[in-house]
Amino acid sequence: MADTSLARAVRWSASMRWDTAVGALLIVVLLLSFSFVDGFGNALNLSFLIGNTLPIALIALPMTMLVVSGEIDLSVASTAGLSGAVMGALWNQGMAIEAIIPVCLLLGVVCGLVNGLLVTRLGLPSLAVTIGTMAAYRGIAQIVLGSDAVTDFPARYLDFAAGRIGDTFVPYAFLPFLVLLAIAVVALHATPFGRRLFAIGASEEAARFAGVRVKRQKLVLFVLTGLMASLTGVFWALHYASARYDNATGLELSVVAAVLLGGIDFDGGKGTLGGAIAGVFLLGSLQNVMSLLNVSAQSQIVVTGVLLVVSVLGPRVGRQISVARAGRRAASAGPPAPEAPTPAA
Amino acid sequence: MTHPSDTGPAPVLALRDVSKSFGAVRALRDVSLELFPGEVHALAGENGAGKSTLIKTLAGVHRPDAGQVLLDGEPTVFHGPADARDAGIAVIYQEPTLFPDLSIAENIYMGRQPKRALGRIDHKATYAATLELMRRLGVGLDPGRPARGLSIADQQIVEIAKALSFDARVLVMDEPTAALTGSEVARLFGVVRTLRDQGAAVLFISHRLEEIFEICRRVTTLRDGAFVSSEPLAGMTEDDLVRRMVGRDLAELYPKQEVEAGAVALSVRRLTREGVFTDVSFEVRRGEIVGLAGLVGAGRTEVARAVFGIDRWDAGEVEVDGKALTNGAPSTAMAAGLALVPEDRRAQGLVMDMSIERNIGLTGLRTTVKAGLMDRGAERSRSLDWAVKLQVKYARIADTVSTLSGGNQQKVVLAKWLATGPKVLIVDEPTRGIDVGTKAEVHRLLSQLAADGVAVLMISSDLPEILGMADRVLVMHEGRVTAAIPRADATEETVMAAATGRAAA
Repeated sequence: MADTSLARAVRWSASMRWDTAVGALLIVVLLLSFSFVDGFGNALNLSFLIGNTLPIALIALPMTMLVVSGEIDLSVASTAGLSGAVMGALWNQGMAIEAIIPVCLLLGVVCGLVNGLLVTRLGLPSLAVTIGTMAAYRGIAQIVLGSDAVTDFPARYLDFAAGRIGDTFVPYAFLPFLVLLAIAVVALHATPFGRRLFAIGASEEAARFAGVRVKRQKLVLFVLTGLMASLTGVFWALHYASARYDNATGLELSVVAAVLLGGIDFDGGKGTLGGAIAGVFLLGSLQNVMSLLNVSAQSQIVVTGVLLVVSVLGPRVGRQISVARAGRRAASAGPPAPEAPTPAA
Repeated sequence: MTHPSDTGPAPVLALRDVSKSFGAVRALRDVSLELFPGEVHALAGENGAGKSTLIKTLAGVHRPDAGQVLLDGEPTVFHGPADARDAGIAVIYQEPTLFPDLSIAENIYMGRQPKRALGRIDHKATYAATLELMRRLGVGLDPGRPARGLSIADQQIVEIAKALSFDARVLVMDEPTAALTGSEVARLFGVVRTLRDQGAAVLFISHRLEEIFEICRRVTTLRDGAFVSSEPLAGMTEDDLVRRMVGRDLAELYPKQEVEAGAVALSVRRLTREGVFTDVSFEVRRGEIVGLAGLVGAGRTEVARAVFGIDRWDAGEVEVDGKALTNGAPSTAMAAGLALVPEDRRAQGLVMDMSIERNIGLTGLRTTVKAGLMDRGAERSRSLDWAVKLQVKYARIADTVSTLSGGNQQKVVLAKWLATGPKVLIVDEPTRGIDVGTKAEVHRLLSQLAADGVAVLMISSDLPEILGMADRVLVMHEGRVTAAIPRADATEETVMAAATGRAAA
């Protein structure tokens, strides 16, 4: 009894350390980049860094909540792509952009709803469901827009999505993101909604027995994720001034990697949004630095993949080491006091 | 503490003045224990008395800080569980861990199957060896059947057979009966007696005192890590044993207060869930404790789950205070004043990785809110309040519940539900696996709740508990309520007759 509680305490503190560690690592990477990477520190590059990272960051907000609740959505990049494709197609039809954007967001809600209903009503694993819809949504995007690229969106919107405030490093789009971030942090960490998510992720059955409407809660999350993914799709098309069916391809990998890197436990129930966002910007910074150093796009994907594996392995290995250490301590001949002999066990 | 017959055999395994600490916690202090061949020895003590540490010391998991482990009278040091196993010591845990898809024989000889040429497993020899083990234990389990679907009792028998295959001379059984039904216990005890008669020394741990008296010859009692006594059970009463365990006279295990029953609080009418339970009707009044008895699998837990909304019902209706509940909606049941303390506290009652504070807080997410945000102060004081009221023993309210003992975990579950101020409280096996002191506390609490006007429905497989606490006893058999017995007429015989379907409803 004593050793398991000890082990748990160690494990808990290890997981607490992970997100702070990622935050610290982000600062270290930034400082090193400022010092040693040519062109990193100027305001324009930093605004690029932030702007290019925003799609990951936007989707990471609901994705963090999904993973905390023990689910995942791999269809987000396809939803974003579909949203961009529909945006382009409708624009080609001559529809006003002010009308198109709400349609795209609604489409994202529908995409999320389909995922959520398949998971909650049919009880299918979200990993499988969203791999399926990942292909399906991308396919629909291609049907909608073909291989066209729509680029002639109104300048006002393009400027907002790609521009920055004066000569500072802050993109315009960063400000609404900060508002969304604040809302997400509060929702996850300071509301009953967030409490329920952590309970669901840690033990779905116990949450149900405590009166938590698990299915409804998850459905809401999938819908939110779809909504944010389509918003990201709209942003992406404007930011890069190009709506194509294959926009944001592979973005789900970056989002999941960043969220897990930020210390969100893949098994659910643990993590902080702060850690996840630190993970997002760590990944974004690394990608930026690699671009500056002329590392090829393919190699960057390799790095993202490796980070994903490391971020899943890291906390686990750390935990196992701590548990093993705690177990050895419990099994050894005495308390870890200085006078205790260390057994050669 | 000499053995009754000094001319008898020497102890096969003994602990002499063993102490063990974990950091500042002294788990064992100067504990001695002697296990003789051909004898079943009980180890008694409340949760946290040091029983687990003692077992782990015997099993070679822990090494004592002071004192000696004597094997056949010789001081021995076990460097790990494998050492202890090689010395003939086997531990059977409460919940066996078998490979469900392997056969019984394969489970027993896992990793050391008899081999034929080219290293192929000799299935025939494995089967025959297992059959021989089963014969020695006097049970008729087919060595070839997969472990999946075996009852927990049979799984334990497989573990015992495995121990036997290692030529175990000492068998340590850590609460083997906690999850067993009456007939399964009888079956297990048959095996234990066979082993004993073949000369094995058995150390038996159970919270059920009547079992200790039934099968053990001597008992060693621990309290707060300290050795209390080691003596023959002959001539002792259950009260004597409890006094040694808790260090005082226990006020009363079943402190039932007489309460005038009030208005109907819970009304269940013709409730049916196809294939699970049929046409179940009953009422629980304010101030009443209604016991729901029956064999495991009779459908008691399933009725409770449906009433609370975890599972849907196919027909019938449930009312709390005259208000009909929605089918399959725990949140509306909660809002109507219903609370369910579920059967499995680790999987259903608690989020094990969450703090005490947040576990209790989980039922108050609608009330400890200010302007849509969590009111952390209110949440903490609500949780603290109830943790203190129920005398949960914890270091910090922010500790995860998994650090608590079983009894204290159960108190947290109760706290979590009492904090909702329920009108109707359903408790499913409220004292399973918790020590006698905490058990009495839980009973006192239930009795007080009833006196305060709460309607209590208590599901229990512990017959003395049902008889001691219930105003009325409902008995279920194969998915139907077969009897409603008033307190005055409720005896083990009447309840068991209805539970086994022998009595007319």
